[in-house]
Amino acid sequence: MISIKNLGFSYTKKQQPLFHQLDCELQAGSIAGLLGKNGAGKTTLLKLMIGLLFPTEGQVSIMGHQPAKREPSLLQDIYFLPEEFYIPGISMAKYVKANAGFYPRFDQDLLKRLISDFELPETKSLQKLSYGQKKKFLISFALSTKCRLLVLDEPTNGLDIPSKGIFRKVLAGSLDEDQLVIISTHQVRDVENLIDRVLMLENGRFIMQKDLFDISSQLNFSTASSAEGENVLYSEMVPGGYRVITPQTNGNSNVDIELLFNAISHGTEKMKAYVQ
Amino acid sequence: MEFQNGKSIFLQIADTITDKVVSGEFPAGEKIPSVRELAAEMGVNPNTIMRTYSELQAMNIIENQRGIGYFVNPEAQHIILKSKKEDFFNKVLPEVLKQADLLGITSSELKKHLDNLNSAS
Repeated sequence: MISIKNLGFSYTKKQQPLFHQLDCELQAGSIAGLLGKNGAGKTTLLKLMIGLLFPTEGQVSIMGHQPAKREPSLLQDIYFLPEEFYIPGISMAKYVKANAGFYPRFDQDLLKRLISDFELPETKSLQKLSYGQKKKFLISFALSTKCRLLVLDEPTNGLDIPSKGIFRKVLAGSLDEDQLVIISTHQVRDVENLIDRVLMLENGRFIMQKDLFDISSQLNFSTASSAEGENVLYSEMVPGGYRVITPQTNGNSNVDIELLFNAISHGTEKMKAYVQ
Repeated sequence: MEFQNGKSIFLQIADTITDKVVSGEFPAGEKIPSVRELAAEMGVNPNTIMRTYSELQAMNIIENQRGIGYFVNPEAQHIILKSKKEDFFNKVLPEVLKQADLLGITSSELKKHLDNLNSAS
């Protein structure tokens, strides 16, 4: 669905390139998590994927088309939910009437269900809603477009605790096989168990791109009383002992994405070798 | 739903389903939730649920009736109990015995408890 080859990008010519020789392939039927520290370039990469920014080098291709050309036939199949958004002071019904037409696969019934799942109130003006409610409305709208590519930039920011759970449920329950969702976040816990592929961005390059299932069959995440041991690839002190990563010997372990992120970000070369 | 550490999520979900089969919440021969329904209910990636169902299918606990859905195998309870017993003897019991040994508990002390095992129920 998405194919990025040799992508380079810089905002100005004088500046050091933000990205250099990035490669990435993503398939439909997946929910990918784009993780990285603040300022790692997550949003810039998302904008390059959907044609809001143009690559300085290399190529981005979505379903065989270049997003930078902004062909309507492609744009009607892409929905981008930005982290910072503007929402006009009109009713939900008017907003939907004005915007749903751009998306041929728009599902009105799904929208109704999501609005009720998120317990959004009827309102004369969307601007009267709280930030979190606006966000929940836009998430509902995004899913209802049924676009083949959904790009959500920090979707759980501003959501209260129960809403984060509802977000996971509605996302897991309303996607089709032919859709790809990319979620950027720095709050890993919000998307744990929801994403099936992890992309980690640091210093302008991917430090990891892997299916979670493959990680779980290569690495073991456990709590131990000691951080010592020949096999320990990475450890962190936690209440009750140490969270440790060791090579997987048999079976599968639950992947602690937060620990994995820290391990790859600060860890040893041996650790990095495991995820390359 | 909260997941415990350690076991991979798809196996934890498999445990949840086998528990429901044993308790009768998912009766033998009946249809269980679809991949998408369970994904929505748990807020878990549908591909993870798919993996759970493949695993349960490989263990003959559920069967896929193409185009209709997944059903509990009539023999499922029997199969689950058998595999849980194996687990008990291979993993749980050796751990208990190891603990008992560490604490200096004698076999006669343990025997008193074992004798109560069937009379209690």
